[in-house]
Amino acid sequence: MHITTFTERPYADVPEDEVIKNASFFGVSNRFLDPVKGGALFNRYLDEKLYAEELGFDGVMLNEHHANPFTMGAVMDVEAAILARITKRVKIALMGNPLPVADPLRLAEELATIDMISGGRLITGWVRGAGCEQIANNINPTYNRERFDEAHDFIIKAWTQDGPWRYEGKHYEYRHVNPWLKPIQKPFPQTWIPSLVSPETAVFAAKNRYTYIALATFLPPTMEMWNLYADTAAAEGYQAGPECFGYLQKIVCADTDAEAHELGKNYVFGGGQPAFARPEWMFPAGYNSKAATKRLAYALTDPETNEAVVSGKHAGSGIDVAATRKYNNEVLYENLLRNRQIIVGTPESVLPKIRHILETLRPGVFSIWHIEGGPTTHQQSMNSMKLLAENVLPKMREWARELDLPGPDEVQPGSRKLPPSGQRDPVCDAGVRAA
Amino acid sequence: MAKVDWQQKTITAAGAELSYLKGGKGKPLLVLHEELGNPGWLAWQRKLAEDRKLIVPLHPGFGVSPRIDWMRTIGDLANYYAQVMVEQDWVGADVIGFSLGGWIAAEMAAQNPGQFASLTLVAPFGIKPPRGMIRDIYEVPTEDYVAASVKDIAATPEFAGLFGGAMTPEQFERFQDATAESARLAWQPYMSNPALGNRLGLVRKLPTLIVWGEDDAIAPVSAAALFHAAIRGSKLALIKDCGHRPEIEQTGKFLKKLKAHLS
Repeated sequence: MHITTFTERPYADVPEDEVIKNASFFGVSNRFLDPVKGGALFNRYLDEKLYAEELGFDGVMLNEHHANPFTMGAVMDVEAAILARITKRVKIALMGNPLPVADPLRLAEELATIDMISGGRLITGWVRGAGCEQIANNINPTYNRERFDEAHDFIIKAWTQDGPWRYEGKHYEYRHVNPWLKPIQKPFPQTWIPSLVSPETAVFAAKNRYTYIALATFLPPTMEMWNLYADTAAAEGYQAGPECFGYLQKIVCADTDAEAHELGKNYVFGGGQPAFARPEWMFPAGYNSKAATKRLAYALTDPETNEAVVSGKHAGSGIDVAATRKYNNEVLYENLLRNRQIIVGTPESVLPKIRHILETLRPGVFSIWHIEGGPTTHQQSMNSMKLLAENVLPKMREWARELDLPGPDEVQPGSRKLPPSGQRDPVCDAGVRAA
Repeated sequence: MAKVDWQQKTITAAGAELSYLKGGKGKPLLVLHEELGNPGWLAWQRKLAEDRKLIVPLHPGFGVSPRIDWMRTIGDLANYYAQVMVEQDWVGADVIGFSLGGWIAAEMAAQNPGQFASLTLVAPFGIKPPRGMIRDIYEVPTEDYVAASVKDIAATPEFAGLFGGAMTPEQFERFQDATAESARLAWQPYMSNPALGNRLGLVRKLPTLIVWGEDDAIAPVSAAALFHAAIRGSKLALIKDCGHRPEIEQTGKFLKKLKAHLS
């Protein structure tokens, strides 16, 4: 099993009231940024990645969002390049590069640079980018999927086919493709595909034999996606195994459960992940397929009024800040705990919950979404990581051996043969229920 | 006022399925709807349909007529409609376009002014306003955009019934379709074509009326002078106390100007 650690690298000094009033992290004015504080935070987060390596994590994971205090890493590849130099052993996973908003040739060069400097420790990840990334980068959301597919194919070709050559696609044209930078890993870096249970993405990952990373999604829909992946894999002629699947889980530890919960409340700072961006920014026109739009419209319709609340009509207006903060700290926090979207406590109390996930999902990659946001101090973060590394990771590794959960470093995704019957084996355990 | 019925028809035209609304009798008037889809069969249409035949094509990809894959610009859509006009024998009709529909009409006129008997542009997109910006439809909830389209909601009785009046899931989907297709055709430059002003130089003898609300919060009225200058002999009617929808905000004045222009 590959165990990695992730944080959103938030701008922790954004005033919470501003986020709540805006009903969204995206859209809060950048007048609240103090670049000196932001710079110190970047360095703190880099230090914490170094500490993760020292503690024995297998990898560190970064992500990218734009115009958003929820994640400062708008230029993730720059952070990754620094990590390539200052770390020695860990894999550097990028979850992921939003292809539709990037210049694919430039991206091929940047990522090759990171793989070269790190000595082949890059794990690339491709994403469509949230709706608000299309807004923030002014990329036509109606071509999001087309641009994703085209940019992906172009980058793989740029890494694998000697230049110079000329390229004319629908969305990109290059007259001289001959990047002097190519990845050390052949034919190209290990690739993971992060996703929020989008069926198209599961199929894409399976067809390309990439590891599929579920980003802290509920277990039942996650299992649906893994079955879809495994069915697609079987149709492609291979058996999916744990090396094909990864799971991101929010976990924070402290010396006592009470301290851990104080810390855990920072997961709902400003409304937490559900307040990432308002619907009109998350789902801009044409970003979703017609089928997905229909699902969304009906899934988010008030049955009393037959009003499609997904339209975002009421977001950001007339918000009671104090009441919202109270709701976040009490109701939202308890909901997240109950749904296991966050796991909070001493090492002893978090372990059974992790065991449940390993038994249920059988992932070969496990990423700990570490505490962030709000007033979490460097010391608290370091202590939580230390408690996890010393008391939780050894147990997870033991369980991974017991449950036979190899990661993609141990078994090449797509390399398992289907059983002689041609019928695939199960990839997750739907029989496992409450821990 | 006599009740004038309208009906929806679906045809195959210029290689694609196209639905349109048809109502009234008389000389044909092509009505090109806005960026959010067809807002409804409104009072001005009922009045005009007493002695005119109104043809309201539902733009491909805007929620009713299927999307046409080869289109990537408003100029492409204008060319498609020009082909439809030839096939349906609508050449020689008058045309009126609202907002994004005004832009389509202007592109059609710039491509071939001879296909129309007259041109009416109501707060059209298509030329970048020299002062102010065309309001961004993509960064706000659709309801907010619709609310900004009239100056005084309370004084505009037809406002409540626009687009059926409620954000049902079906309407949400139609808005998503319409704004998605608008984005596909006009994401950047946003709702305008930098060449349109010059291309309108081909329009020399086409009777043209430009109508604009002085308090338009969607398409800044500063663009009106540029349209007026670009289209030789055009008449410009600025309407006081009026936003982006003169046809429902100042229906009387609007109809008076339009009828005089069409007669």
